[in-house]
Amino acid sequence: MKTFNGTSAAGSAVRALTVGLQDEVFAIQAESVREILDVVPITKVPNANPFVGGLINVRGRVVPLADLRVMFGMERRAANADTRIVVLEIDLDGEPTIAAILADKVHDVTDIETSSIEEAPKVGMRWRSEYVRGIGKRGEDFVIIPDMGRIFGAEGGRNAPVDLEERVDS
Amino acid sequence: MTTPDPAETFRQEARELLELLEQALLDLDQTPQDRDLVDSAFRALHTLKGSGAMFGFDEVAEFVHEFETAFDQVRKGTARIGSGLVAIALEAKDHIAQLVAGRGVKADGEPILQTLRRIVAAGSTAQAATTPQGAPADTAASTAAAWKIRFWLPSDALAFGTKPLLLLDEFREMGPCRVTALAERVPPLDEIDVEAAYLGWEVVLETDKPREAIEDVFVFVRDGMELAIEPLATAAETPAAAVTVAAPAVRAAEDTPESQDGAGLRAKTEKPSGAGDKANSSLRVPAERLDELMDRVGELVIAQARLSQIAAASADSTLKTVAEEIERLASGLRDTTMGIRMVPIGTLFGRFRRLVHDLSSELGKEVEFATTGEETELDKTVIERLADPLVHIIRNAVDHGLESPQRRGAAGKSGRGRVRLAAIQTGAEVAITISDDGAGLDVERIRAKAEEAGLIPADAKLADQELYQLIFHPGLSTAKEITSVSGRGVGMDVVKRTIEALRGVIEVSSRPGEGTTVTLRLPLTLAIIDGMLVRVDGGRYTIPLSVVEECVELPRSEMAATQGRNFLNIRGALIPYLRLRELFGATGPADAHPKVVIVSAGEKRVGLVVDQIIGNNQTVIKSLSKLHADIGTFSGATILGDGTVALILDVNHLVAFGQQFENRLRTQQMGRAA
Repeated sequence: MKTFNGTSAAGSAVRALTVGLQDEVFAIQAESVREILDVVPITKVPNANPFVGGLINVRGRVVPLADLRVMFGMERRAANADTRIVVLEIDLDGEPTIAAILADKVHDVTDIETSSIEEAPKVGMRWRSEYVRGIGKRGEDFVIIPDMGRIFGAEGGRNAPVDLEERVDS
Repeated sequence: MTTPDPAETFRQEARELLELLEQALLDLDQTPQDRDLVDSAFRALHTLKGSGAMFGFDEVAEFVHEFETAFDQVRKGTARIGSGLVAIALEAKDHIAQLVAGRGVKADGEPILQTLRRIVAAGSTAQAATTPQGAPADTAASTAAAWKIRFWLPSDALAFGTKPLLLLDEFREMGPCRVTALAERVPPLDEIDVEAAYLGWEVVLETDKPREAIEDVFVFVRDGMELAIEPLATAAETPAAAVTVAAPAVRAAEDTPESQDGAGLRAKTEKPSGAGDKANSSLRVPAERLDELMDRVGELVIAQARLSQIAAASADSTLKTVAEEIERLASGLRDTTMGIRMVPIGTLFGRFRRLVHDLSSELGKEVEFATTGEETELDKTVIERLADPLVHIIRNAVDHGLESPQRRGAAGKSGRGRVRLAAIQTGAEVAITISDDGAGLDVERIRAKAEEAGLIPADAKLADQELYQLIFHPGLSTAKEITSVSGRGVGMDVVKRTIEALRGVIEVSSRPGEGTTVTLRLPLTLAIIDGMLVRVDGGRYTIPLSVVEECVELPRSEMAATQGRNFLNIRGALIPYLRLRELFGATGPADAHPKVVIVSAGEKRVGLVVDQIIGNNQTVIKSLSKLHADIGTFSGATILGDGTVALILDVNHLVAFGQQFENRLRTQQMGRAA
């Protein structure tokens, strides 16, 4: 059994922000999270990849807003009182980039035992396995650790999302 | 105010001087007889030497001194200027640039100097053989003469790093001299500015050097000094061999002011010229401070937009007045700030002359290089980022564009190829054209290469324009042989990307046998533009005001989505239009009275149908992240007064996108019909 070893805190625990997307819980490495915002007006980018279909204003800065639900083939529900925007700093082709993601709910910051993290299984999962770095456990529940670099990077963001609607490219 | 680092000041000054030197040398290559050019090259060298020594760049000073000594022969007219001399002088200039930059200098300067001396010596013996004037002139000058030199430095000379002691040392090197300080202009103690220069000096010098040599001592002292050089009748008056430097105060007391204004003084007072004044009143500011300033102004403009919006919604008339006032001030501040950032493009053009000069000798092609529009101004950042693409295009023009002299001869053209670089401002755009009179683009070769690389299907029907665009595709080079200069097929794609990153466009036109023209169209500035805010469905978009020609209402007859055509008749002109609602996949209800914004996209005029025109606004451009790099239709985004983000339309890309969109519709329709 291979263990998850993608963080500096090898051997102990990974500090992560857990967010809810549809009925799943995702864990995002805490050090990549810059801030959590209430929903702000979102500007739609026509003809953009639906994964990064929006822009928001974060303190005078234009930040792309991504929707992980697109990459994981989830239904896109309208925002409600629980909806939050998580601003992240991600590494995009070696360049630190500020991007935000929508979360149906933000749970808490928690430590996930490294030993409890397993590699994403090749079967029994609807999602593309390269988008998942590992599956952790929090109590009885599973926590999905997404691979943000792949999702946003050359492999993901500019690649075909799961439920791709045909789009016109410029 | 922070004190500038003297070494950095010198480096900057040296860079300018070296540029001057290079220009003079290149000009000399064209017109070797021009004495003014020789003098200007010499002055640049001399100033470099002087200030190099002053700021402790001894290595620079030493090398320049040697260079200058060799070049002095040229100045005296004993050595002739040929392209060999110019080439080695340029090499020496490069060496100096390296020394000044302080980077690890690889090559020793000595070989350059030796070659330089050899060429000069060869030139001068040839000269001496034909015209034996050089020698007598030298002998005449070698008879010792006595001079009385009086000078006052400009009062700010000390602050600018001039050391009078070094000037006096230079006289001492020329021959025995007596130096007297002239203290009569020193004000009372409580009026003294400690940084100002008040003292003057009188030097009685016995030397075999000509008058020019004395003048040259002051050549790097800035304008505004007073200088009088008077020949003394005999050498008798000068003190015998002994060099006396008296305590300045004592000596000054002996000199009465009356005695100075004696007749017969050949006064040469250099009044500060207009140019000098200008130079004095300009400042050097680190570039990052300007960037910072621009960022601040950008934030101010956004905040001001919010204020205006609040004021517009309010009934308070005082608030409205203040908001208007602030708007006016912010817009003025914006213009001034952007004005500071504008730099004439000539600063960039200069270095291409050298490039062409080097290329022409390397490739064995004679090239005449002409530039126009040097005074055209562009944003500093744009100019900086333009350098590399232009180098590339000019290289291409010389290497690929111009044929070899033999082929030119065979085609009945002059053996000398021409490359022109021109800049001109049109509206909020600057067009830079690089044209050559070479063979033109070989359409068939491009097609063959593109087919070979699999870029286009075999026997694809493409217009010439479309084929030309293929040269910007990575991996396509049409040069038959790869030379050291170009032909590896990397580059033109980089050029295109760089220009697009600057929100510019690149166009190519070509005529077989007559030449190729590459045109770069660039926005004047990158930071803030005037925009027209429009609404399409639920989204708001900004159209750069510089491309907007007029706005009209969409005629009722055009309202229904017609199947076949989207044209408007504007005062007899046929204007095609694009429905942005369709392009952007709008789902909401259309406005009852759509408007058409007529924009100019390159050479064409195109209408953009929008739901509503909201008004004009100042648009601070924020670039889109890499995640949206594939969306060409928007050149960036901006933040509106209410804090939401609006996208900025890139009209050229939008029109191209609209064409693709229509092509798809057409094929779909044809598919249905079949």
